[in-house]
Amino acid sequence: MKKIAIFIDFKGTELSSYTRTLLGFADTFFGSEVAYYLFSFAGPKQASIPQLKGSVIGYQINAGNSLFAETTELRKLGDQISALSIDEIWLSKSNTSDSVAGIISATLGFQIVPNIKQITQKGDSYLIQKSIFSGKATAHSELSSSHFVGIFPKGFGSDSNAASVEVNFESLDLETSKKYSIIKVDTHEGSIPLPEASIVVGAGRGMKDPGNWGIIEELAQTLHAATACSKPVSDINWRPHHEHVGQTGIKIAPKLYIACGISGAIQHLAGVNGSGKIVVINQDPEAPFFKHADYGIVGDLFDVVPRLTKILKEI
Amino acid sequence: MKILVCISVVPDTTSKISIDSSKGFIDVQGLTYIVGPYDDYALSRAIELKESNGADVVVLHMGTSESEPLIRKCLALGADSAVRIDGIAKNSYQLAKEIASYVEDNPFDLILMGKEAIDYNSGQTHGIVAGLLKMTHFSPVMQLNIDGSNLTLEVEIDGGKAEVSCQLPAVLGCQEPIAEWKIPSMRGIMTARTKEIKILAPSIPSTQALISEEINETNRKQIMIPSDQLQVLVDYLKQDVQL
Repeated sequence: MKKIAIFIDFKGTELSSYTRTLLGFADTFFGSEVAYYLFSFAGPKQASIPQLKGSVIGYQINAGNSLFAETTELRKLGDQISALSIDEIWLSKSNTSDSVAGIISATLGFQIVPNIKQITQKGDSYLIQKSIFSGKATAHSELSSSHFVGIFPKGFGSDSNAASVEVNFESLDLETSKKYSIIKVDTHEGSIPLPEASIVVGAGRGMKDPGNWGIIEELAQTLHAATACSKPVSDINWRPHHEHVGQTGIKIAPKLYIACGISGAIQHLAGVNGSGKIVVINQDPEAPFFKHADYGIVGDLFDVVPRLTKILKEI
Repeated sequence: MKILVCISVVPDTTSKISIDSSKGFIDVQGLTYIVGPYDDYALSRAIELKESNGADVVVLHMGTSESEPLIRKCLALGADSAVRIDGIAKNSYQLAKEIASYVEDNPFDLILMGKEAIDYNSGQTHGIVAGLLKMTHFSPVMQLNIDGSNLTLEVEIDGGKAEVSCQLPAVLGCQEPIAEWKIPSMRGIMTARTKEIKILAPSIPSTQALISEEINETNRKQIMIPSDQLQVLVDYLKQDVQL
């Protein structure tokens, strides 16, 4: 039976939405012939998770520090994972999981496969599609299925409708070597952090004025989405810099990206190409973004966006 | 202080990536290659540190001889010498093993590279190098200051940023605004001609589990929907992303 380690994240005491979708996917993917080892950093001692067909053991990792950048600690975690004879490790993309993946991979000698768009089984191997060249291309790989670390975009998979079960998380104490200290932490304000959103609504200079953003925020609220903007818009301070998505800003990979009044410069595309589906709303039928969209609507965004919000509110 | 800067050589950020279907790989005809933009930030900061604190800056690249003009450019910017591992890394793990193996024989206090290479976007090499060498690791680092053997860093964390301090040695993945990109001076270009680029054979055989790989352009559906039929869009989205 396969042993799969999945790193899970909590928002307070609730499982994060992207962990739910990743678990939902794993449940369909592996079926019942699997043992799950769920690892959480600083999560609760007991939590409800969707019922999975395989067996579940939970671990709560205590490392005394909240950044988990300490190589010594993470190498110890790698040793613990190795002692459990884990075959595969799955994580959702984040700054924390990037650090964890690299160092654990070094300890275990596992290969890392990041930016996974699709994964299917083929006998004993996996067929994996991953996004490369900032989403401009896709690599289709066949990989022997054991001893790998997979990194999935947030929102990958779909939420399971399974009933919830309570899981106890056993403490896993890692000694801290205190090789670093935290001087200060600043967190962004705002409703949904951009890299965590499974749906993102972006807007650009087509908005004409920063005072017009209400319709974008309303659409985003209706979809539980985060708001993003193009570089020109953040450069002229219409929107905060942490909303800037693109080559030099944040790179996002939500399951849905809706771009309103953004022409689709190649630098912007480099930040959003990893999105599952892209919808483009633009007045200019020649906007280059339409060639990189799944669904395009040529129209005045001040007319289209409120009507779209209205339909979505009725679902 | 010895600083190693690892650089990737990648197609220019504005390149249109097309696929040569006969090779199952990107069509390299007409592509302009550059030093990875994040690696360029790392190198620029290393050179600033050399100018302010004094340091020996070595540039490391794993790739073919075609990369040499770009390595020479790094030397023109102010790096003291360069090492090219003559081979093509198949994945982050193999590249990290090569870097770690070089550092085991040639110790460094600080190892810098970009937070990711913009071709395969893995963003894993620095973490694996740190894991292999048991060095402190942070990424993405947006500010880097050194006082003796003490580093003060500004690091992007999930949902914000943190200021941390740690000791050398360390491996850092860098991103803007850690430094301003630099342009080589005429004098830099002249002196770079005589600087050494050491060529090493890869020391570790590739052990990847990859059975086969083929690359395609990412194609979108490009379905146009009339603006008076938004319900059609909503129906598609219900199906595609379970709205």
